[in-house]
Amino acid sequence: MARRTMQETVHTTIRHKARSGESSPKSIGFLVILWLAILFALVFLTVLIVTTFIDGWNRLDSRLFTEYPASDPEDAGARPAILGSLWVIGTTALMTIPLGVAAAIHMEEFANRHHWFSRIVEVNVQNLAAIPAVIYGMLTLGAMGLMGVSNKNQVWVGALALSMLILPVVIIATRESLRAVPSEIRQGSLAVGATPLQTVVRNTLPAAVPGIATGSILALSRALGEAAPLLLLGGLVFLSFDPNGLTSGYTTMPIQIFNWTSRPQAGFHELAAAASVLLLVMLLAMNALAILIRNRYQKRW
Amino acid sequence: MNDIRNTSVAPERTGSTNTIVHASARPSLEVPVLDCDSVSIFYDDFRAVHDVNFACLRNEITALIGPSGCGKSTVLRSFNRMNDLIEGARVEGAITYRGEDIYGPEVDAIEVRRRIGMVFQKPNPFPKSIYDNIAYGPRVNGMKVDSMDDLVEEALTRAALWDEVKDKLKQSALGLSGGQQQRLCIARTIAVQPEVILMDEPCSALDPIATLRIEDLMQELRNDYTIVIVTHNMQQAARVADKTAFFTAEANDTTGDRTGVLVEFGDTATIFESPHDKRTEDYISGRFG
Repeated sequence: MARRTMQETVHTTIRHKARSGESSPKSIGFLVILWLAILFALVFLTVLIVTTFIDGWNRLDSRLFTEYPASDPEDAGARPAILGSLWVIGTTALMTIPLGVAAAIHMEEFANRHHWFSRIVEVNVQNLAAIPAVIYGMLTLGAMGLMGVSNKNQVWVGALALSMLILPVVIIATRESLRAVPSEIRQGSLAVGATPLQTVVRNTLPAAVPGIATGSILALSRALGEAAPLLLLGGLVFLSFDPNGLTSGYTTMPIQIFNWTSRPQAGFHELAAAASVLLLVMLLAMNALAILIRNRYQKRW
Repeated sequence: MNDIRNTSVAPERTGSTNTIVHASARPSLEVPVLDCDSVSIFYDDFRAVHDVNFACLRNEITALIGPSGCGKSTVLRSFNRMNDLIEGARVEGAITYRGEDIYGPEVDAIEVRRRIGMVFQKPNPFPKSIYDNIAYGPRVNGMKVDSMDDLVEEALTRAALWDEVKDKLKQSALGLSGGQQQRLCIARTIAVQPEVILMDEPCSALDPIATLRIEDLMQELRNDYTIVIVTHNMQQAARVADKTAFFTAEANDTTGDRTGVLVEFGDTATIFESPHDKRTEDYISGRFG
């Protein structure tokens, strides 16, 4: 008899809980709001991509890759802009990754974290990552002025601005991946008589490479889509040749798109949409590569 | 030959062959391998361990036991200067390795760690192949070896792991079981031909069968190495150790900080069967800790 009462009590308790539980009107209402928020973002993005795709469909052909900018939209292409983007991003990568990784190794593995200097650097790296891109363009412009470089439309100048833009991001990503390597690994290495430098080069850094690669690719994809700092540095030029070196003149895809959209002819708008699709595909490919590396080489300790 | 002030790697230890020099083949010395003389260890102002005196003899297993927070791991980590890695850590008194002060001004911590290897609580194989895990130590130390393959085989054989892994040397060490990983870490330590092996609760993350395998292995390794082991498991200390040091933590009357002290040190049989100190007796019989 007593047992039965107990069972009944349990039943009622469960039913009571249900009123404020997962299936209560409040919870469901909240869930619906969350779904709507996601839906809004997704619909917005889809509409954007689809309209761009439709607009640019007619011009998504080989001319985009082979032709130089021209006054007639039918003859125009983005060849120098595509090559310029590759040149600038490649140079940026070569400048940023070694510097960023080295800085992160110093900060994470060697610097005394409690020293006032390390703290200042640390806070500033965090802050620099949040500074708008155009500021780096102005900084580079000012620096070039001081150095007496009058022709700012050079690949290395643009790459310098983008390097400064993404350097903090690369440093932060590298530090995160170094930190994710368990300290037991470092201790194990030191315990067999390795020096701290050997420990970093042979053990910690290789274990952190997937994270560093992912972070760097994402940072570079941000640089690839950036137009503002390069506009300040005279990247908006009419090029009828392929960029061919660090001191070569250049333009990049975002600038080319910006240029075409400001033209009155509808043909240029189509071209801009086509180039946008291409840029989007490049960015998605880079991000996909980053995700692939992360999933493929992710270590479980 | 055993001068730890010699900061360059000592190729004469390996000679022209790659066979591991057996400690037992060396001339016998009266000097203890490791000797603590009035050792106190501080973390900044905090005194973690106070006035520890004991010595570890060659080819013996010395167990450090005691309740949590009694400083036994701290003492162990000061033997190969792993405590240097903790900011503010500092040792007073003298810890000597074959009569030489480990913390002497001319002593290189790297060289100390090569002579005095360490196996950690949690198995920590490198995220590399089994082969590279073993070859890592000899490589970073620039040891001259005729055949790395032979050295890897010998180290794995001595760690009783060879038969289990000989067909998958190129596979990641992270795929091994916990017990295998710990034996791999022992093999990795052996590969640099140390004289002393420190073990910091090496079985606490392992199941009973893997634990027994490690204990058997320790008995074999004792023939060639001097072993110091920290353990929470008193039965383990009673089973494997020749000498046992019992530590406990004492609260400071004024600050309340708990400082580790060495209560009693002696033959394992004496410590477990007829301890001289009441605190040891209480701990051994399970009345506290």
